[in-house]
Amino acid sequence: MTAPVRQRRPRQLSGRPGLYTSYAQQLRLLNTRPKLLTVSAIVLLAFVLPWLVADETLSLLGVAMAASIGAIGLNIVTGYAGQVSLGHAFFLAIGAYTASAVSGAPDDDTIGFGVTNVLVWLLAAGLVAAVFGVLVAPLATRLRGLYLAIVTLGLVFLGEHIFAEWQALTGGAGVGRPGPVPVLFGVELNSSGDVLTSDQKLYLLMLASLVVFGLLARNLARSKVGRAFAAIRDRDIAAEVIGVNLTRYKVIAFAVSSFYAGCAGALVYTITGFIEPSSFNLLLSVQYIAMVLIGGVATISGSIMGAFFITLLPALTRQLPTVAPFISEDASSPLNVFQVETVLYGLLIIGFLIFEPRGLYGIWIRIRNYWKAWPFSY
Amino acid sequence: MTAPILTFTGVTLSFAGVTAVDDVSFDVGQRELFAIIGPNGAGKTSIFNVLSGVYRPQRGAVTFNGADILGAKPDRIAAMGLARTFQNIELFANLTVLDNLMLGRHNHISYGALSAFVWLGRARRAELTHRAAVEDIVDFLELEQWRMHPVGLLPYGVQKRVELGRALAMQPKLLLLDEPVAGMNQEETEDMARFILDIRDELDVPMIMVEHDMGLVMDLADRIMAVDFGKQIATGTPADVQNDPAVISAYLGEDA
Ligand SMILES: Nc1ncnc2c1ncn2[C@@H]1O[C@H](COP(=O)(O)OP(=O)(O)O)[C@@H](O)[C@H]1O
Ligand SMILES: [Mg+2]
Repeated sequence: MTAPVRQRRPRQLSGRPGLYTSYAQQLRLLNTRPKLLTVSAIVLLAFVLPWLVADETLSLLGVAMAASIGAIGLNIVTGYAGQVSLGHAFFLAIGAYTASAVSGAPDDDTIGFGVTNVLVWLLAAGLVAAVFGVLVAPLATRLRGLYLAIVTLGLVFLGEHIFAEWQALTGGAGVGRPGPVPVLFGVELNSSGDVLTSDQKLYLLMLASLVVFGLLARNLARSKVGRAFAAIRDRDIAAEVIGVNLTRYKVIAFAVSSFYAGCAGALVYTITGFIEPSSFNLLLSVQYIAMVLIGGVATISGSIMGAFFITLLPALTRQLPTVAPFISEDASSPLNVFQVETVLYGLLIIGFLIFEPRGLYGIWIRIRNYWKAWPFSY
Repeated sequence: MTAPILTFTGVTLSFAGVTAVDDVSFDVGQRELFAIIGPNGAGKTSIFNVLSGVYRPQRGAVTFNGADILGAKPDRIAAMGLARTFQNIELFANLTVLDNLMLGRHNHISYGALSAFVWLGRARRAELTHRAAVEDIVDFLELEQWRMHPVGLLPYGVQKRVELGRALAMQPKLLLLDEPVAGMNQEETEDMARFILDIRDELDVPMIMVEHDMGLVMDLADRIMAVDFGKQIATGTPADVQNDPAVISAYLGEDA
C-alpha cells in the first residue's frame, strides 16, 4: 500500500543537485548524492580500519565512538530540547554500573549476575539510566536555565558520594570494579581469538553501536518529537499554545538522553575494562558539554565530531612534553599535561562559543560551501 | 440560531495593582469575525491570554465549543481547536518555515516517540501526509519562496504571515489574531486583509481580531467590542460602535 502523497512536481526534473522532486526524496536522511557518498565512504572506511591500524589506536577510537553515543544523548536534551544538564556523568555511571552488575561474575567481590550477553546488559544499562532520567525530568518543568544546571550538578555530587560508599556495587573509592563483560552471539569480545583480537572485536562493537544509535537519533530529530524539542527550546510559551505538552516532551528528552548516556557509560567501560567510582565527577560532565559545544549544538554529526575531538585531545597533549619540555607528564609538578588539558577544554569552549557557535559542524559546513561555490568562493 | 463557538462571561483578571480585564462578557458566533478594539494597555492581549490558557482569571467563565476551558492548560485548549497569533511574533526562529508550519500540525500527527525512532512505516507515512497538508498552507499564504529559510531571518511582514500559517495548520475551530497588521506597510496590510477574508470565506473559520487599524476593523468585522482600562465600553456592529459616545471619547482621550 502506498501513502496518499501528492507529487507536486514531475519526476523528469531530477538531476540538478539540491533539487528535490518529491517530499519523500526531501525527507530522506541522505537526500543528496554528495551526502550519500561522503557518509558511505566514512562508514566503509571505519569498518575496514581494524585491519589497517594498530590495536592501541583502535581502542582509542572505540572509546571515542562510545563517547559519541553519550554526546548524542546530551545533545538531545541540551542541544535539541534546550534543557541544560550538568548531570550527564551521573547517567553515564548508572549505565556503567548496571551493565557491570548484570554481566559481572557472580562469585566476585562486587555484585554480579553473570549475564554477559551484550544485548541484554546494554539494554538494561539504557533502561535503568532512562528511569533515573524520567525521575529527574519533572525538575525541568519547574526550573529553567541556570537553576536546572545547578540542580543537575547536585545529581553528580550525590552520585559521587553514593558510588564511593556503596562498595558492594562499585568496589568503593580507590578500589573500583571490573567493567562489563561482553559476549555477543557466543563470541567473547574481550579476549583475542584466532580471527580477531579483542581490540578489533570491541572496536567493531562500538562502531556498529554508534551507527545504530546515530541513525535512531537522526530519526528522532527529524520527527514530530524532534520538532517539539526545538519548539520548547526556542519559545516554550508558543510551543504550549500550539499544543505541545511541555511536561511530556521534557520527560521524553530526559529519558532518551539518559538512555543514550547509560549505554555510552556501559560501552566506554567495556573498553577500559575497569571502573573507578571517582571518575564520574563534574569534569566528566563538563567534557560532554564541551563535546556538544565544540562539535555543534543540535546536530548528530557534530556530537560525533565533538566526542572524537575531546577523546583524542589527550593523546595529543600527552605528546606535549616532547616538544615543550617545560610541561611535565607528572601530575604533581607545577605545570603538567593534565592542567594544560583542563585549561584547553575551557579555552576551546569559550573560543567556539565566540567564534563558531555552530561548532566543528559549522566549520565543516563552511568548508563544504566553499568547495560548492569554487571557483567563485572568496 | 446556532450556539456560539465561544462564550466569555464576567471575566476579571488582575495583576498586582492593575485590573487588566474587568468584568468583560461577549460571545462569538460560529462564522463570525469579531473584533476587539481599544487603546494600548486596555487589556486586549490579556483577553487572548485568558482564552488560550496562558493567564488564569480570578473570576468568570469561558466556554469554547460547549466545553468549559477556564483553568485548562494551553496545550489542552490548543488540542480542542483554539489557535492564535501573537502581537509580538512568537515563532521558532531557528527553524525553517516548513518546520514552523509542521509544528502547527503537532496535535494532528499521531505517532509517538518509538515510531519516530524507527521512522520507516508509520512516522514516515504521517510526515509525508502532513507535509502535503502544510504545502496547501504554503500555497494559500504565498510562502513558496521561503519554505527552507530559517524564520528568524525573514522580513517582518513574512514572519507575520508564517505565524498566521502556523495557526492555520492547526485547523482551528476558532482563530485569534493579535494585531495582525501592526507595523506593516500599506501593501503588506492589504495582503493580510485579503488572507483574513479568505480564511473567513473559504475556510469558514470564525475569528477574533485585535487591531488598531480602524479602517481594517470597520471593513472586515461583523461585530466589534471596544475596551478601555480593562472595561468593556461598547459592543455592536461597526456602525454602532463607531458612533458610540464612550468609544469616541476613549479614542479622543477626553474624560468620559
Ligand atoms: N503579565 C503581566 N503582569 C503584570 N501586568 C500585566 C501583565 N500582562 C498585562 N499586564 C497589564 O495589563 C494591562 C493590559 O495589558 P494588555 O492586555 O497587554 O493590553 P493591550 O493588549 O490592550 O495593549 C496593562 O496595564 C499591562 O501592563
Ligand atoms: Mg496587546
